[in-house]
Amino acid sequence: MAWKHKHLLGLEDLSREDIELVLEMAKSFKEVSSRDIKKVPALRGKTVVTLFFEASTRTRISFELAAKRLSADTLNIAVNVSSTSKGETLLDTARNIEAMSVDAMVVRHSLSGAPFLLAEGLKCSVVNAGDGCREHPTQALLDMFTLQEKFGRIEGLKVAIVGDILHSRVARSNIWGLTKLGAKVTVCGPATLMPRGIEQMGVDVCYDLKQVLKQSDAVIALRLQKERQQDKFLPSMREYSRLFGINQSKLNEASPHLIVMHPGPTNRGLELSAEVADGKQSVILDQVTNGVAVRMAVLYLVLGTKTE
Amino acid sequence: MGLLIKNAVIVNADKMEKKPQDILCEDGKITQIAVGIDAGTHEVIDAAGKKVLPGLIDIHTHLRQPGREDKETIETGSRAAVKGGFTSIMCMPNTNPVIDNPMVVEFIIREAKRVGLCNVYPIGAITKGQKDEELTDMGELKAAGCLAFSDDGKSVLNSRLFRLSMEYAKMLDVLIIEHCQDPLLTSGGVMNEGAVSTRIGLKGDPAIAETVTVARDIEIALYLGAKVHLAHMSLKRSCELIRMAKAQGIKVTAEACPHHFALTDEACSSFDTSTKVNPPLRTQEDVEAVKAAIADGTIDCIVTDHAPHTKEDKEVGFDGAPFGLIGLETSLALTLTELVHKGIIDLSQMVDKMSRAPARIVGLEHKGMIRQGFDADIVIIDPDRTWTVTQEGFVSKSKNSPFIGWTLKGLVETTICGGKVVYKV
Repeated sequence: MAWKHKHLLGLEDLSREDIELVLEMAKSFKEVSSRDIKKVPALRGKTVVTLFFEASTRTRISFELAAKRLSADTLNIAVNVSSTSKGETLLDTARNIEAMSVDAMVVRHSLSGAPFLLAEGLKCSVVNAGDGCREHPTQALLDMFTLQEKFGRIEGLKVAIVGDILHSRVARSNIWGLTKLGAKVTVCGPATLMPRGIEQMGVDVCYDLKQVLKQSDAVIALRLQKERQQDKFLPSMREYSRLFGINQSKLNEASPHLIVMHPGPTNRGLELSAEVADGKQSVILDQVTNGVAVRMAVLYLVLGTKTE
Repeated sequence: MGLLIKNAVIVNADKMEKKPQDILCEDGKITQIAVGIDAGTHEVIDAAGKKVLPGLIDIHTHLRQPGREDKETIETGSRAAVKGGFTSIMCMPNTNPVIDNPMVVEFIIREAKRVGLCNVYPIGAITKGQKDEELTDMGELKAAGCLAFSDDGKSVLNSRLFRLSMEYAKMLDVLIIEHCQDPLLTSGGVMNEGAVSTRIGLKGDPAIAETVTVARDIEIALYLGAKVHLAHMSLKRSCELIRMAKAQGIKVTAEACPHHFALTDEACSSFDTSTKVNPPLRTQEDVEAVKAAIADGTIDCIVTDHAPHTKEDKEVGFDGAPFGLIGLETSLALTLTELVHKGIIDLSQMVDKMSRAPARIVGLEHKGMIRQGFDADIVIIDPDRTWTVTQEGFVSKSKNSPFIGWTLKGLVETTICGGKVVYKV
């Protein structure tokens, strides 16, 4: 099975075999991080730039560590833009950076589709680290890696995604990836934050969190952006927490084998109670660990791809 | 000396002639239609093998001048118009300054005359500065040359003000053209809200933003017994509402654009910003409904909604790019390709939708037909000749077309405006 993608823009574009290849490769790269000397020379001489137009700590650091453990040179650029209409800055900035002989650009931007603009306008590889509400492919890959690690399979798993589905790129990438690998996905959240036509992505919709928890093997809680209340999508944070927050008592009614995931950073007490976030069923820190391995695999694969 | 079109197979809205005839144009008018008119000293065009139509009339164009001459000017827009077969175009008032005072109206008319390619009729704004606060001096604007009024680009959201504008327009016998879109429901949407917007994570503009405004406007028209013309209808439900209203005798007319019957919201998943248009590209179900509504007369006319934007303005990502695409040079060919050649309407119906009906709706007398005494606005087309849309091929100043690369069937060969040849392929 050969990898033939120069870019990773989203899981929509990947086949089941592509995803399985990333997960397989991540397994061997995970071992590197457990060594005394956490470095392999796979990408020596390559330059990887992280270009973030949105604040991020975890994802950026994870990519940086992944590149460094593969011996690539890294450069991190955080661009402060408040307005989404600054797309021209994106392409201009990227072209300037690329002119300094960059091999891969890891990009996060608030515009859905921004990586397409770059992939079209640049010669180097583009890895999407989150674009608007569209996709966050490496997050979904690390979620799937974690699920595979915990359950030994993804096929047939029942996975719930809970929260603000409308604005979530994590939800969309997970829906693409999980359904391609044969998991059964249910989305759950307030009706005002449930995008129209989401069923057509091959998921079930349910508004009853308790029922969803009862029938699931794993639940991915999404981070709720506080501004959603200002946008009047929600009556109050309190109401959200009552209906869609996951706490221990709701968890007690579900299977003890249910695992709890979150892309981070968590709003403790809102979408997850502190005891759940830190509890036995939480795999949140495993996700963070696996993120580095998965991103190593992604960088290795896109940079190893020769394109005409 | 006049202009003589020999061997013309004339297609009017009510009739497609079988036998070729000659058309003599003198002093800007059609003076004679007969077989075997003596050429004399007239300039002669041979239209053998082609179809000869009344010049097309577009009642929904954006020319951008004054204000955004980097996107389009009256001159470049006129050139695009005649290349597309249009001899009369009506330009929307969302310029800078807005067409809300006679000086701007006079400027546009004067500049269009200087360019001298096609007739340009400015549409006045309904509210001053298109600010949705107070009505423009419509009487004075009418005297300056405005046949119709619109706040196109947005709805008149204030329902009371809209009612007043319709009452006032009724008194003056001018047309109100409404851009139907409730901005509170649109709320920053950049494409049709539905399965595609959900999939690609772009903010959706819901169908109800259009349909609630259509319903409101129909109710006001009924209440007042006044006319209203609904711009760029894009939805199945809008067509149903208009069909019901017409059946009840309400004085509503409606238009549709080629991009709303040639493309669906799937096109947006390329993130090509020339697919970002207002109202947005809709679903296949809507496309089929709009076609059916054109065929059964629910939709009276086809307009371009020609909306030029520079590359710089459009190249900023989907969320930030302005709405709109250019249409003057592709609308006829798209209509031929998607509707006529597919048997949804015939050539006469197309002439109705693109010339006769627009003339009737806005009250352009002596236009929209090839008939003795009418204005000598004529377009000669080869409906079967194919051509490929290219960026370089556009004469418009802007190139924001989602149809670049498409092969279309139907080409404008010659455009005649006021008895003068203004375009030759």
